Amino acid sequence: MTAWEKLRPYGMVAPAIIIFSLFFIYPIFYMIYLSMFDWNFVSPTKSFVGLQNFRDLLTDADFRKVLSNTTVYTVLTVTLTTVISLVLALWLNRKGLFYGFVQGAIFSPHIISLVSISLLWSWLMDPEYGLMNGVIGLFGFGKLAWLSHPSTSLISLVIVAVWKGVGYNTLVFIAGLQSIPADIYEAAALDRSKPWTTFSKLILPMLSPTIFFLVIINMLGSFQVFETIAIMTQGGPINSTNTLVYYIYENGFRFFKIGYASAAGVILLVIVGLLTLIYFRLLSKRVHYR
Amino acid sequence: MTVRRQPLFRRTAGYALQAINLVGLLLLVLIFALPFVWMISTSLKTLPETMIFPPEWIPRNPVWQNYAEAWGTGPFLHYFTNSIIVAGGILVLQLATIIPAAYAFARYKFAGSGFLFGIVMVTLMIPAQLIFLPVYLELSSWKLLNTHLGLILPFASSAFGIFLLRQAFMQVAEELIEAARLDHASEWKVIIHIMVPLVKPVLVTFMLFSFIAHWNDYFWPLVMTTNETARTLPIGIAKIREVEGVATWNTLMAGNLILVTPILIVFFFSQRQIIRAFVYNGVK
Repeated sequence: MTAWEKLRPYGMVAPAIIIFSLFFIYPIFYMIYLSMFDWNFVSPTKSFVGLQNFRDLLTDADFRKVLSNTTVYTVLTVTLTTVISLVLALWLNRKGLFYGFVQGAIFSPHIISLVSISLLWSWLMDPEYGLMNGVIGLFGFGKLAWLSHPSTSLISLVIVAVWKGVGYNTLVFIAGLQSIPADIYEAAALDRSKPWTTFSKLILPMLSPTIFFLVIINMLGSFQVFETIAIMTQGGPINSTNTLVYYIYENGFRFFKIGYASAAGVILLVIVGLLTLIYFRLLSKRVHYR
Repeated sequence: MTVRRQPLFRRTAGYALQAINLVGLLLLVLIFALPFVWMISTSLKTLPETMIFPPEWIPRNPVWQNYAEAWGTGPFLHYFTNSIIVAGGILVLQLATIIPAAYAFARYKFAGSGFLFGIVMVTLMIPAQLIFLPVYLELSSWKLLNTHLGLILPFASSAFGIFLLRQAFMQVAEELIEAARLDHASEWKVIIHIMVPLVKPVLVTFMLFSFIAHWNDYFWPLVMTTNETARTLPIGIAKIREVEGVATWNTLMAGNLILVTPILIVFFFSQRQIIRAFVYNGVK
């Protein structure tokens, strides 16, 4: 083997690795470093404050509100999306042109820009002339303020996220259902198993890797929600929809509290890291049943 | 289930179930399509018409002017070009960096390959949104804010792409490559003339994925640019809302359609491909 042949693989992976190192790996360490400083971006000196930023964050009522908003948003979004998608998948998992059309229709929001979706739903949720109030009016409900009242703002964002995410999740579930071998259903039918028993004892366990994949992916996504908040609510009213990434953005780019924002970033990093770790730990234990 | 029913009753019940099923399906389509229809309808209304309640679905005199108005709220041709340059530039650089890397990871044994692939996997797991602040400071110190390059470089490679393509390359039979090597084909020729054509479906999948994602991106252009020079279409559209004091939903929805239409057209023509790109490769 010539020297060139030995070096070749390194040359081939180098461009990608350099990009990753510069824009992913190094920034992670840089963020951890910055989280221990008090710095406003403009001043030439950074002053070392150790873990003070973290202490400040955890005692800050606003940040605690942000954490609880993020958690509530994530739990609601993930639960609703998963349950609704699973039901839809069981329903829509059929061949035929029409079913294909319905699958395509519910999937379409997934590829639309979050900007468009946020603007569209701001309009749908307009308290005076929006379509949503018209729809709930048909069922005899009074007008809601949706995004402009703290009691409904977060749930309004959840509705948008579920609407956007359900199609993708449904199709992933359908892909999962189709990978279940047909003879399993046949065996269940031969045993005269009741539909609910078939579902809970066969389908659900066989789908567990898919469920697991989706729950983790949706959680990771929900923890980083930004666009809908930036466009629809700007974290308001009265901080009711402020979540982690938006909070970091606000502190970094509006208040220029770089160290503080970095510390919040590190907390988000830890959460995302834990979720990923859980994912791989459980994945390596194989939630598979074959 | 144990009770035996009359065939006639059973048949009627069957039809009724089918009808309910059909109504349900139509309702489902409505829930996902109606907002878009509402958007189109609003984009063609006069401002007073948007305030009529209950709404009229078909505007009496469609106001095409709204589109011109939306387009005129900012330098939209500029935004459009920027979007093409950024999403296109990212795509080209990604292809240039992921194909050789994926090939090397799939086909060569070399010291440290496990560690280097570990870096790829970490990158795959860490969402870019998480580290925007340090990346911003980095680009700022390199004087790359407000430039196309600044928007492109952080995404010049893709861990997802490497992962996807490596899997595909590993499935190509060794004999094919050996045969080409016996013909004294260089490794580059092997990659470009044998490997790439063989994994074309995966490559197309990745290209769709990447282009749509970066065409739609709002976050990075918002964070990494402070003036118009490199701002992209999503920023321009979102700004229509800030311009006016009153929400002119008709203009805004017209602008919104300008952003949505290209993607919807692509989706319409390559629906199966796109769904496969987004759904199946995410799972596997």
